[in-house]
Amino acid sequence: MEQTGAQIIWECLLKMGVDTVFGYPGGAILPTYDAMTGYPVRHVLVRHEQSAVHMADGYSRASGRTGVVVATSGPGATNLVTGLATAMLDSIPLVAITGQVGSGLLGTDAFQEVDITGITLPVTKHNYLVTRAEDIAPAIREAFAVATSGRPGPVLVDITKDAQQGKATFEWEKAMPTRHLRHIPPFPAAAELERAVAMINEAKRPVILAGHGIQLSGARAEVLTLAERADIPFAITLLGLGAVPATHPHSLGMMGMHGEAWVNQAIQEADLLIALGMRFDDRVTGRLKAYAPDAKKIHIDIDFSEFNKNVPVDVALGGDLLQVLRAILPKVQSARHTPWLERINSWRGDSAVRDIKNLPDDGHLYAAHVMHDLWKLTKGAAVVVTDVGQHQMWEAQYYHHDGERSLITSGGAGTMGFALPAAIGAKMACPDAEVWVVAGDGGFQMTFAELMTAVQEDVKVNIAIINNGFLGMVRQWQELFYESRYAATPILSPDFVKLAEAFGVHGQRVDKRADVASAVAAARAAKGTALIEFRVEQEDSVYPMVAAGAALHDMIRRPSPSPLAETGADPV
Amino acid sequence: MTHVLVVYTDDEPGVLTRVASLFRRRGFNIHSLTVGPTERPSVSRMTVVVDTDANTARRAVEHLRKLVNVLEVQQLGQHAKVVRDLALIRVSANATQRSEVLQLVQVFRSNVVDIAEDSLVIECTGSLGKIEALVDTLRPFGILEMGRTGAVAMTRGLRTDPSLVSSSEPVRAESSQSMSV
Repeated sequence: MEQTGAQIIWECLLKMGVDTVFGYPGGAILPTYDAMTGYPVRHVLVRHEQSAVHMADGYSRASGRTGVVVATSGPGATNLVTGLATAMLDSIPLVAITGQVGSGLLGTDAFQEVDITGITLPVTKHNYLVTRAEDIAPAIREAFAVATSGRPGPVLVDITKDAQQGKATFEWEKAMPTRHLRHIPPFPAAAELERAVAMINEAKRPVILAGHGIQLSGARAEVLTLAERADIPFAITLLGLGAVPATHPHSLGMMGMHGEAWVNQAIQEADLLIALGMRFDDRVTGRLKAYAPDAKKIHIDIDFSEFNKNVPVDVALGGDLLQVLRAILPKVQSARHTPWLERINSWRGDSAVRDIKNLPDDGHLYAAHVMHDLWKLTKGAAVVVTDVGQHQMWEAQYYHHDGERSLITSGGAGTMGFALPAAIGAKMACPDAEVWVVAGDGGFQMTFAELMTAVQEDVKVNIAIINNGFLGMVRQWQELFYESRYAATPILSPDFVKLAEAFGVHGQRVDKRADVASAVAAARAAKGTALIEFRVEQEDSVYPMVAAGAALHDMIRRPSPSPLAETGADPV
Repeated sequence: MTHVLVVYTDDEPGVLTRVASLFRRRGFNIHSLTVGPTERPSVSRMTVVVDTDANTARRAVEHLRKLVNVLEVQQLGQHAKVVRDLALIRVSANATQRSEVLQLVQVFRSNVVDIAEDSLVIECTGSLGKIEALVDTLRPFGILEMGRTGAVAMTRGLRTDPSLVSSSEPVRAESSQSMSV
């Protein structure tokens, strides 16, 4: 039986198990929207296409499923670009379907014609321009296969209007993809696995670098087995937070630019780094020439092109992390590295981060207080979706993530405006989860129109706006590196409580620590989406900090003496 | 140093853009890139010469392998190989210089394919080094115009990838991809 291309799109999505799509209609995608009404799919109407990608992204990060986005041609498609780049840099599987002008008009600068496959080439794993109805099913099926196989990522399928309107027989079996299997790499050679095992067994000061790949590969249990059996502490990347539990005895905490001093110090003094599903981003290495100079390095990753990109390694094991760990674990010997762990622990008292939280309430509200209290009040069990900037780092420092997929944040791209839409997507993927948005006053203003989407879709997310009246992270860099010339960083905000009211959501304002708990409780109790504006100290900075280009252990500490003086270690 | 990569791809629109975009995006310096049909109707073959260190060349190979349209990539570094470039060179030569140029062309086993009053067009096929040598030799006469194809390369003795000839299930040509580095 012949069907229209538009129907075939939905048939394909149903076959892939899709029940929710995020999108925005328009001329070139109209046939597909018209056909949608015949299918059991929930369509979430966004207020801007960028948010549709972030929602699909949050949906994917929260659940592991592939997020789906639908948009029209031209500006509808170009608005996806930031979201696709965000997903690409963080290895998130997405499929974006865009309408395109009729195939006869391609290349003529027709109304709302944009070369979206050309534009998205570097920010997708692959993309398709489909001009015939019979090519739709193979393209969509392969798109899902490409998005989820190997190192995941976004894929875009651009479908001309006449392909949506044309007819073809829907042949799912014939659409079975094979091309994504062309380069299934061979498993690491036994000799290489042996070398890695020998290095682990011989190490005296080993550190595991725990990355996002642990989550993507589902290797949490194996990583913990390695850490426990061989007594190896693990430092965690931003996107690795939650992939392994923060409160595990071997957890050191976050590494890198705003990692704890002891974590970076441990990396710098290690004699072996075992990098698991992470890519030695410049935010975690500091100056490369000074990075972990005494350490041998084992790198396990599914993406072979990552090996020796930034940091030369001694053994590179390419493959799925879970499988590689299973291959080496039987040969990893039990060990105790007590002196090494004690040495690292002795540095914990030197924390430059713990301080604020341990201060008595001095009448000021610090973001660190808010994050710490939110962690306590939600018992660490919420899914927290952050935006990008200071609040993101404070969240990473003070909200301790034990659960998998419990922190959703734009790491590689650092996309402001990500949090609210991603949180809506996360809540749709996990309706039983308590979802919190943590956003700055700047980033929140980029995409807050999606409050209306949350209302229209009857989605409850709780929103904590950390309002310091600045684009805080940029202000911090200006303070530290540009002699406090605050060019274009002071930012006004609307009255967020009234804004909440205008959207029909619960709104509160908090400017004293004493009020944090009651506000959080009220937000949680509110029926729908709830917003709290936390008016925090305006010129507070995130410490410690590795300046761009500095060695990883060369950290800027919180200035002392100061009202924010250090008060010692925090037993997590 | 230069590395020669042979890339088998689907013969589809846009594949050249994907490959070129990858090299541009990652800052891999392309010395030359040629593309053409192969013995199989749906497969194209590119020869890419990159000017870079060995690690970067290896990463280029791994990046290429991530492209959906790429069937196989081979780095010809370790193999005995034939690398050929074709050049058309229009060299200035009046009647008195013509015989001297013709002699040089013979030494390089090249052909004269066009003669005009004040110039000759020479066709030269050979290794990159041979063509460079011919160009250097002709330069004193005055090179008016030159076009080159870029290198096409093939291994000696064995087929580059036998699986591409008989089977539709391509495999990796190299035996092991787990690297010791």
